[in-house]
Amino acid sequence: MPFIPNAESDREEMLQAIGKRSVEELFSDVPARRRFPKLKLPRALSEQEVLREIGAMAAKNRGADKVSWFLGAGIYNHFIPALVPALASRGEFLTAYTPYQPEVSQGTLQAIFEYQSMAARLFGVSVVNASHYDGATALAEAALMAWKLDEGRDKILLPEDLHPEYKAVLETYFSSFDVEIAGYRGAPEDAGVDGRCACLVAGYPCFSGELHGLGRAAERAHAAGALFIVHADPLMCALLESPGAQGADIVVAEGQSLGNPMNFGGPGLGMMGATEKLMRRMPGRIVGEARDHDGRRGFVLTLTAREQHIRREKAVSNICSNQGLVMLQSCIYMAALGAGGMRQVASLCYDKAHYAASLIDGLEGFRVRNRSFFKEFLVSTPVPAQTIVDKLARRKIMPGLALSRYDSAREKELLVCVTELNGKAEIDHLVAALKEAAL
Amino acid sequence: MNLSPEPLVFELSRPGLVGCSLPGSDVPPAELPKNLVRANLDLPELDELTVVRHFTRLSQKNYSIDTHFYPLGSCTMKYNPKANEAAAAEPGWKHIHPLAGDSETQGALELLYKLQESLAEIGGFDSVSLQPAAGAHGELAGVLMIRDCLKARGEGQRKKMLIPDSAHGTNPASCTMAGFSTQTIPSGKDGNIDIKALEAALDDSVAGIMITNPNTLGLFERNITKIAAMVHQAGGLVYGDGANMNALTGVFQPGKSGIDVMHFNLHKTFSTPHGGGGPGAGMVAAVKELAPFLPGPLARRRAGKYELAMPEKSIGRLKAFYGNFGVLVRAYCYVRMQGAEGLRRIAENSVLNANYLRARLEKTYKLKYTRPCMHEFVAMGDVAPGIRTLDIAKRLIDYGFHPPTIYFPLIVPEALMIEPTETESKKTLDGFVDAMLSIAAEAKTAPELLHAAPTTTPVGRLDEVAAARSPVLCFRG
Repeated sequence: MPFIPNAESDREEMLQAIGKRSVEELFSDVPARRRFPKLKLPRALSEQEVLREIGAMAAKNRGADKVSWFLGAGIYNHFIPALVPALASRGEFLTAYTPYQPEVSQGTLQAIFEYQSMAARLFGVSVVNASHYDGATALAEAALMAWKLDEGRDKILLPEDLHPEYKAVLETYFSSFDVEIAGYRGAPEDAGVDGRCACLVAGYPCFSGELHGLGRAAERAHAAGALFIVHADPLMCALLESPGAQGADIVVAEGQSLGNPMNFGGPGLGMMGATEKLMRRMPGRIVGEARDHDGRRGFVLTLTAREQHIRREKAVSNICSNQGLVMLQSCIYMAALGAGGMRQVASLCYDKAHYAASLIDGLEGFRVRNRSFFKEFLVSTPVPAQTIVDKLARRKIMPGLALSRYDSAREKELLVCVTELNGKAEIDHLVAALKEAAL
Repeated sequence: MNLSPEPLVFELSRPGLVGCSLPGSDVPPAELPKNLVRANLDLPELDELTVVRHFTRLSQKNYSIDTHFYPLGSCTMKYNPKANEAAAAEPGWKHIHPLAGDSETQGALELLYKLQESLAEIGGFDSVSLQPAAGAHGELAGVLMIRDCLKARGEGQRKKMLIPDSAHGTNPASCTMAGFSTQTIPSGKDGNIDIKALEAALDDSVAGIMITNPNTLGLFERNITKIAAMVHQAGGLVYGDGANMNALTGVFQPGKSGIDVMHFNLHKTFSTPHGGGGPGAGMVAAVKELAPFLPGPLARRRAGKYELAMPEKSIGRLKAFYGNFGVLVRAYCYVRMQGAEGLRRIAENSVLNANYLRARLEKTYKLKYTRPCMHEFVAMGDVAPGIRTLDIAKRLIDYGFHPPTIYFPLIVPEALMIEPTETESKKTLDGFVDAMLSIAAEAKTAPELLHAAPTTTPVGRLDEVAAARSPVLCFRG
């Protein structure tokens, strides 16, 4: 095994220094009856064998490298500039630990600080933390944070038009507490937020792609004394007004679309930002600027008094890691694209999605349901959407998500996503295929 | 290390630059919603080479396993094989979507299934969920499962979780998130759980106990089967915190020794990279009675095909989709390269390395517990008057070593928690011992060297108190 560097002679010398005759003796505290079980595992493979086996497994999948891709629903197919993985996979980033020793972790710490700074500007908030597991857990933790500010308020108001898996995660996170998770239809400003609500949650856009302005909803939430939490598409924030500028108290997002592959949905990037007032109530790691004795600028993990290793059972959350590498990829992505590049990508998504939607809406039996959207829209289909998905699979097109996956009553609804990676010819091809599939 | 100050991306910005060539549009422009058009986006603007140099230079300001020895207790900073990275970079993983359907992702489901099976066997459990994204996430899953299992038994009134005083801070924090109160159980003179104190705490309000084994003192819980039996007898369940599983692979199967539910940190024991803080993966395993409560979905095999399914009484979803899949591919690659024999060699060599360091350092750095350790041990850094563990840690940096975990566990004053892992050579360990002994001598003869350390890094000790008092959390230029 190439990962064990000591030769037999080294081990002999080490045992001698310890004063033991064999390695087995070091395990005498383990109950004898239970010691050294025979594990039933397949035989060990060499590197070339294991890579062949894993390569063969990976090749059984059909993804966006083989198929025309119009499926989003929380995980998005975007272009990733070559420099992003090239830099993030450097061993000094990849194999570093959590930056608890700041003097030997300035690379990681400065990158987190830069990520926090860029994401805060994108969202229009004062502070962004070093990340959560994914968009769904970030939303759940934001709602928990809102509730813990005032446990007398025992209601969380969610849009019905929310990703079903996000709702499920939120329900798990709240399952030990006596809090009502209520839903509302339509625009967040009409949600009926009241004095029992700890928070009003809005999608920007919603799961169906529908886009609502947030300003009036923020006013109504605040008038009722509730926090206003927005789940945003981070790329869209480059083009359209930020949630913070419209009054959001907490902004959460899935950051996968900023420079990370789809990867079967994980690891993702749970982004979370908030107003300055909420800074000391936020969960998760946060990096801040600091000075050394000579006045040199450096960066440290800060406000740790909120965290589990100090506060234990009174901590804001039990979270103890962040999505370091995923966050780093997004940091590099935002730096490389910058203001101009981010706007350009968002614009391409917007224009292409609207081009596709206008053609699909013109097909007999199909109707685009959104009044306003960014890169994803909901289509009513003349035949079951899953039938269309199955038919188009044979033509190497993934047309979107059939919503029957989550709700059998929504059999004739297809959620379609278009990004900068979809060319005009590919979109035209999709439209032609949809038309034929409905016959 | 790169010692030159590196400006922030904002300070490198030049108006109008873009660090990536993007295509033009091939469709007509669409009108934006007028009331929502964003006027300003104040992000940096850089060319590509500037971005490449910036992040390359930042990387050179880090210690990492690829460059330095990292004896961080309870963190298992072992070598991360490059084959893991090659395996995870397959296009057949990167371009697949979680909602594409089982038929489009058979390879991914096969990998999940085979990893579940292997990890269940290694831990001696009935069933495994790969959903949790980190160790603390796995803990939350475990205590929620205990809550629901007790409810199903009609024992929902049990709300007290017992936690040894050597436990990680995440244990009590996870209990709070699951609606449990916690009671601390003290350690006895031998560093193990005090059996009498445990006995006194076992009443009918007890939901269970959370045990880290080996514990954070690096000691195997010698009475593990007895403790489990006592808790079971009292109507409670036993949670295993698998953070320290690197001492036990191929040595001990917790699931066959009274542990009901347990998480493993795949980013520790199974060699996936720490990435400066994550992503991790904290799979959770259960014995038969608790398996129906696992978070889902899980992968299973039916009629030659793989599919996803929710366990019957699942606590629900813990995150969207199916765990940190990219991390799981790396862990699978590692397990597959080890086999049963390789796994046992991991534990044997990690324990041998730790005991070797302990034997060579114990005359200079006092130990509170002197028994042979498992994969790590805890020494004390107060080797001279006026010298604290923090000073030892910072001086180690000047010798080119990452410091051990310090001031943890809380029950040992001036703790230095040292875990070498199996992937370090005797030569590296000897170099570390030489540095530690030399620092102990300096502590007596030239303590100013320790107080001033580190001096070989891009910045010296940073004023963390001032940083927390008036926080600057983003660039304000």
